[in-house]
Amino acid sequence: MGKPIKIRAKMKGDIAEVKALMPHEMEAGFRRDPATNERVPAHYITDVVAQHNGDVVFTAYWGPAVSKNPFVSFSFLGAAVGDTINVHWRDNKGDSSAIEAVFK
Amino acid sequence: MIRVFVIILMATGLLATQPASAGPEKDLQAMQDFYQKRFPNVAPEEFANGLYAFDEGARAQWLELEDFPPYEIAVEEGEAYFNTPFANGNSYADCFENNGLSIKQNYPYFDNDTSKVVTLELAINQCREENGEQPLPYLRGELTAISAYMAYTSRGNTINVQVPNDNPKALAAYDAGKQFYYSRRGQLNFSCSSCHVQVVGLSLRADPISTTVGQVTHFPAYRTVWGEIVTLHRRFVECNSQVRARPFESQSDEYRNLEYFLTYMSNGFELNGPSSRR
Amino acid sequence: MKIDRRFFIRKVMAVGVLLAVPRILFAARPDKAFAATDGDQAMASLFGETPAASDRVVLKIPEIAENGAVVPVTISTDLENVESISVVVANNPTPLAASFALGPRSVANVSVRIKMGESSQVLAIVKADGKLYSASKDVKVTIGGCGG
Ligand code: HEC
Repeated sequence: MGKPIKIRAKMKGDIAEVKALMPHEMEAGFRRDPATNERVPAHYITDVVAQHNGDVVFTAYWGPAVSKNPFVSFSFLGAAVGDTINVHWRDNKGDSSAIEAVFK
Repeated sequence: MIRVFVIILMATGLLATQPASAGPEKDLQAMQDFYQKRFPNVAPEEFANGLYAFDEGARAQWLELEDFPPYEIAVEEGEAYFNTPFANGNSYADCFENNGLSIKQNYPYFDNDTSKVVTLELAINQCREENGEQPLPYLRGELTAISAYMAYTSRGNTINVQVPNDNPKALAAYDAGKQFYYSRRGQLNFSCSSCHVQVVGLSLRADPISTTVGQVTHFPAYRTVWGEIVTLHRRFVECNSQVRARPFESQSDEYRNLEYFLTYMSNGFELNGPSSRR
Repeated sequence: MKIDRRFFIRKVMAVGVLLAVPRILFAARPDKAFAATDGDQAMASLFGETPAASDRVVLKIPEIAENGAVVPVTISTDLENVESISVVVANNPTPLAASFALGPRSVANVSVRIKMGESSQVLAIVKADGKLYSASKDVKVTIGGCGG
């Protein structure tokens, strides 16, 4: 199980704005461990999915060039204060994490 | 970059050498006056933002980071560690005033019993040892996260380091820190002031450099270059190494005295840590 | 250079409720495009063609990256029926950094932070109504962010 996602969900007029920060190494797989000189295997989030009222409102596909502890923000229409939004990720090693937040 | 510094250094001179001992209050005033004169168009509280007070482009990127900063992860982890009781049932809150919350502005302080400067990180480890726990490593990880959480709860408080005039030992520790700040060292023969006083601000040829005043308000700081949150002493290590000087140990007497002096130079500033820096 | 200092001393920490992840959610990631080692190859794999420049795609990215490890990017467009937004860093070892799939309720405005190993052209590609539109900027990197 990956670390918990940090999330902020805010209504700005009609627009539902979601910002998320995901604690994750996002190891690109090019680095060598200075101690062992072994290549550090790639370990990064590959997919992020957000759902509102059962609809998928946003999907992100990532490669290893997304920064460590990834940040993403996206917006959509048709939500209201008090609604919930779910955000999920999974990575190339099969780890995953998911969070739910309420629009303010 | 270092070569550029040398060229600029030869062209400047002000406050380069250690000012005669006039007492902490006068030192602080002189330092503030110097920067005010040097940067008449920069609001003094801006110095708390380090190099971002000078570099618009870098500042815009920093502001974007601060919108949802990576150090929030460390703050949250730090809070969890902070609230986890020790094996004996006590916790960090029992070791500190006000249960350890909103107190960073009082660190470092001079402890008369040991005649040493006590930093927040040192106090955290002392707390552990008093409660039968192993001290934590200083450079990264759990201790830095706890310190980040404690700094976070102290945001907005005004730094108020005391160097009592009637306490010669405290004054001596402050003077040792000041001496360190103005001493040239390393193969490149630079002092801290060579860079942070003399070539401070934005130059065309080198990276922008932060001012001595307001420099410690945001520690521990998330270094984007390292992708982790680090203590003030880790920054000292890096600045010493940059000029190919032998760095000191974290929480050595040298760095504690240096932190005492340097934090005094931020007296009157609001704490705004943790923050991020490149 | 006045700023709102309160911005930096506000204390907001986000809280959410942990959930279990339903596997079924994840759709097909374009793995082949992500594996491509040059930008045109990545775009060919994603779209079958190289997109044409359009001033309706707004790519906000610093001209000089403060640090290649964390380069903030925002892409927006006033085009309708946006299906996807992708970010390609031409000189990265694997140029496709991110691809976002949008839906009918999406507002076409996404932000992400990316790594850049060296100075490079960065492209934003928007697919709307089946057509491709792009914007690009040259970004200078002095402290590299070890690739990706
Ligand atoms: C060769 C020039 C140089 C010397 C000498 C030097 N520094 Fe630095 N220092 C820098 C640069 C460059 C940075 C990164 C830019 C910045 O934040 O100012 C920096 C950053 C710092 C920071 C972090 C500032 C922030 O906003 O996070 C502190 C604190 C610091 N230095 C203290 C010191 C101390 C104490 C010494 C003496 C032991 C010292 N420096 C010596 C160049 C130098």
